[in-house]
Amino acid sequence: MRLERRAHVPLYLVIVAPICAIFMALFLAAGLILAAGVNPLTAYAEMLIGALGSRLSITEMLTRATPLILTGLAAAVAFRARLWNIGAEGQFFAGALITAAIGHSLGVPGWIGIPILMGAGMIAGALLLAGPAFLRLRFGVDEVVTTLLLNFIVILFVGLMIEGPMRDPFAFGWPSSVPVDGAFRLPDLIPKSRLHIGLLFAITAAGAVWVVLTHTVFGAETRAAGLNAKAAAFAGISLPRTIMSVALLSGALAGLAGAIEVMGVTAGVTTTMSPGFGYAGIIVAMLAALHPAGVVASAIFVATVFVGADAMSRATGVPSFIADVIVALCLLTMIVALLFTTYKVRR
Amino acid sequence: MTKVLELVGISKRFGALTANDDVNLSLKQGEILALLGENGAGKTTLMNILFGHYAADKGHVRVFGTELPSGKPRAAIEAGVGMVHQHFTLADNLTVLDNVMLGSEPLFRFRSARTEARNKLMQISDRFGLPVTPEAKIGSLSVGERQRVEILKALYRDARVLILDEPTAVLARPEAKRLFETLRGMTKEGLSLIFISHKLHEVMAASDRVAVLRGGKIVAERDTNKTNADELAELMVGRKVERPVRQEHDIGAPVLIAQKVRLENDGETQLNNVSFQVNAGEILGIVGVSGNGQAALGALLSGLAAPTAGELTLDGNEVGHIGPRGMIMAGVGRVPEDRNSEGVVGELSLWENAVLERIRSPKFSRWGFVRQRAARDYTSALIKRFDIRGANPDTRIRLLSGGNMQKLILGRVLANDPRFVLANQPTRGLDEGAIAAVHAKLLAARAKGAAILLISEELEEAVALSDRIQAIVKGRLSAPIHADQADAQRLGLMMAGVWEEDENAA
Amino acid sequence: MTDAIDLLLNTSLWAAVLRIATPLIFGVLGALLCERSGVLNLGIEGIMTMGAMSGWLAVYLGAPLLVGLLVAAICGALLGALHATLTVPLGLSQHVSGLGITLFASALAYYLYRLIVEVGDLPPTIEPFEPLNIPFLTDIPVLGPILFAQAFPTYLALFAVIAMAYVLTRTPLGLAIRMTGENAHAVDAQGLYPTHIRFGAVVVGSALMAIGGAFLTTTAFNSFFPGMVQGRGWICIALVVFASWRPGKALIGALLFAFFDAYQLRLQTTTEGVPYQLFLMAPYVLSITALVLVARKAEVPASLMTPYRRGER
Repeated sequence: MRLERRAHVPLYLVIVAPICAIFMALFLAAGLILAAGVNPLTAYAEMLIGALGSRLSITEMLTRATPLILTGLAAAVAFRARLWNIGAEGQFFAGALITAAIGHSLGVPGWIGIPILMGAGMIAGALLLAGPAFLRLRFGVDEVVTTLLLNFIVILFVGLMIEGPMRDPFAFGWPSSVPVDGAFRLPDLIPKSRLHIGLLFAITAAGAVWVVLTHTVFGAETRAAGLNAKAAAFAGISLPRTIMSVALLSGALAGLAGAIEVMGVTAGVTTTMSPGFGYAGIIVAMLAALHPAGVVASAIFVATVFVGADAMSRATGVPSFIADVIVALCLLTMIVALLFTTYKVRR
Repeated sequence: MTKVLELVGISKRFGALTANDDVNLSLKQGEILALLGENGAGKTTLMNILFGHYAADKGHVRVFGTELPSGKPRAAIEAGVGMVHQHFTLADNLTVLDNVMLGSEPLFRFRSARTEARNKLMQISDRFGLPVTPEAKIGSLSVGERQRVEILKALYRDARVLILDEPTAVLARPEAKRLFETLRGMTKEGLSLIFISHKLHEVMAASDRVAVLRGGKIVAERDTNKTNADELAELMVGRKVERPVRQEHDIGAPVLIAQKVRLENDGETQLNNVSFQVNAGEILGIVGVSGNGQAALGALLSGLAAPTAGELTLDGNEVGHIGPRGMIMAGVGRVPEDRNSEGVVGELSLWENAVLERIRSPKFSRWGFVRQRAARDYTSALIKRFDIRGANPDTRIRLLSGGNMQKLILGRVLANDPRFVLANQPTRGLDEGAIAAVHAKLLAARAKGAAILLISEELEEAVALSDRIQAIVKGRLSAPIHADQADAQRLGLMMAGVWEEDENAA
Repeated sequence: MTDAIDLLLNTSLWAAVLRIATPLIFGVLGALLCERSGVLNLGIEGIMTMGAMSGWLAVYLGAPLLVGLLVAAICGALLGALHATLTVPLGLSQHVSGLGITLFASALAYYLYRLIVEVGDLPPTIEPFEPLNIPFLTDIPVLGPILFAQAFPTYLALFAVIAMAYVLTRTPLGLAIRMTGENAHAVDAQGLYPTHIRFGAVVVGSALMAIGGAFLTTTAFNSFFPGMVQGRGWICIALVVFASWRPGKALIGALLFAFFDAYQLRLQTTTEGVPYQLFLMAPYVLSITALVLVARKAEVPASLMTPYRRGER
């Protein structure tokens, strides 16, 4: 048996592959649900109802999808250029922290302040990834490890700040930062829900990233550099500059996710505000085959699993960690599915 | 004489491509058989089947009368077949002994018998006249020494049939000659050999018998002393392909001048005191054995590397430090050494590859946005003008054949009427038809007044195309000679670095 | 300041160094074995988590401690087989597959833990490995308590270092593994199967990682809780680079690292006015610093992260 490169990837495969991957993952996870003594079909039905069954649950799910779209874009942009940014979690917190730090005392009206805070979050995220990118370019240090370790450092730093200088004296229970000024809370998209206009920003960002990747010189150059660095260098594309630009863009997207989450949902920063948005972003990006438009769809899928699993867990007693199992399985089945879109099996 | 090896009815397909079609071949005891064929004729596939790297779709291999199971190199080795791969299968960071010993002992053994292995290796090395240092790291060896290790690997496993894939591709003529003498000696020790080649002269010089492979089929078998180079050439190509001939014409003013250029990389001197000049309407050929600084020269002239010392000027302007984009804008056209790894991005379309190196010019982008229509139109024109077959601007370029890919690369270089063209191994791996096309394009550019620097490891090509020739040896260039003074012997001496002694004597 | 120096003279610090180093030694040996054969295994963090959970769970359900380690090793081997299947014959991106394994294995460990174990206010506990207190040797002043009063898995780790070094440098198998990491084509050309060798190395390496994880729940602590591996896997990946892919240097790296970790833990308790997070950050900062210092000179296995397919160069 050997794998042979397909000359053309048929369009139907591009669409069918992720669907097959998802079904395969659900099938495998069904065994674990069975082990909990629950009928998997019942569990999945509960999940669907929990995520999509009511107006409230849909808005909840979309609220959850918003940061996932942005962290998914961050991973997609970076992975396309073979920059292994596994640090979206840290960049998310960096964006969130800076937003909270500036946002509770910035004395300007909301329509000026919100863009400023989003910009600040983006800059924080971008700078955080610029470090590992620099270390890779200057010293040849693998960015996977540095970005991963930075996640721990940043979250500890967040803990330090919110227990120290940024502590909210009125928060009880878990420590939290002082909330951002009410003027900088993102307006609701749908009244009486947590869903805020951040979703529109995220979708706009996906559109913008798509345009940048497919229609600009920057997009063409990063694509070439990601696919064949040697040929790109021969064509005069500066690899360090490309890597650094991609790092800044990727970090900025993850930082923006943090900023929007603070302004739209949590108001203050806590160390528990992210249920792994950064790591899930990797799954979102892979499920979308690194395509910006696909990222929106796969973020909605992942959010559905997470929100749905919480509801299902309450209804059936299956531990809600099943959501993490399902999305991780999706990542693994998806990379296999992707393989079979580009290769076919020959005897 | 007994048949030591037989290939019976071997067929192998890769997708739509038939690499081998019902090949029958046998090797006699003590014989040197040359397997001659063009690039892409299926030689390497056939030998990979014989050695067990690939499983044949049909047919089988017999060694000393026993059929080999397909797809198992281990079985081939145990039956006494050894293979010397064209791309050496050695690990640079390990020692000669490590490389030789690998696979010779059962894996799950408490201790490697290194002392015994070293003794056996030294014994074989003495017997066949192949000196090596067992504890030397492969990375520190020259190409010729590495090849020696490849051969010793096979002999260490008691090979009685040796297959050599393009063994002289990386050797200078004197080294190649020595290699064939060694191989001849081995036949006296009872070995039988097959070597793969596309070089007629060495087939004629070194083999007892020659089998010609074309389009995956054996088209002829001849005793070497009953045939001649012309007949073999025709059998190999199968049709009359005339390579275009260089016409003498007036040479213009100097375009590109290198003066005492030195190039260092990681503290290693890759080019040393290199001077040359290329004039308008002239092709300067740089010949040499692979690995003598051609890559560095290519990097220098394509803008990827800047000279550490010395000067590189184009029409009087310094161009040594302006990078690839600067070179392109200054009117330098660059054909890279390896089209797959450097020339194109396989997963991108033809149009993206066609404009990639000029994507920032106003012709192809505005406000940072790519002008896709302009780029596609430009590519369509290239496809027409340079006769690129089986593709439209949106085809992924990896689907093109090597020849058509090279035509696109030449097209994007020549379409802009460059002042200077770097043609680095422009015909490597191409078949005769494509070679002729590439030669015609280069000669046409010369006729239009371009200054061309041709780096080639194929002497025939360099002599046919070049007005003047210099040899590159260990990062230094010989003085130029005119093409009409270039005969095989003189070039051979130059490539072996003999001019350096002349220089010292003077 | 004198406090800080007093700490250094305390034998309990040095005994702690070996203890803290133990999971790292297992992890770094496992990662090293995988990488020496040419496969980067970023599944390590998840495999250690799974090892921690499964080893603990086996003991919790009544198995002897040693069987707990064995169960952990088997779970690690299975996850390693999954990573190997995806990256070796299928040749998928080792980065993405490894991260996928980490996400999957951690999630699965937490899920199974929640499913099987009744968790009250406090996580349930087991009887962990006790220090061996080797007769007579333990009584040697200074050295005794440091070297001869460790728990069994620590000695196992030290033995594993020696075994790994021996196998890699002195046996035909070790040569084949190293060669596969340098040039898989050479291995194929000599009649061995680079894919089998890589598969085996990843499976065994992953089993070692899982034992490292199990140390946390069967020796260092006596219970399992989510997030307990705390990036130790990633630190191991950094340590492999620091160790230049050599078992002996890996031991030194793990000990060095553990020393700083043990020291900062003790400084935390004696130093006032410095936020404890700064101390906790130290190991991660240290790892990055170590990487920066050695990355340029590192002798990376030449075909690390290059999948092998016959006929593709």
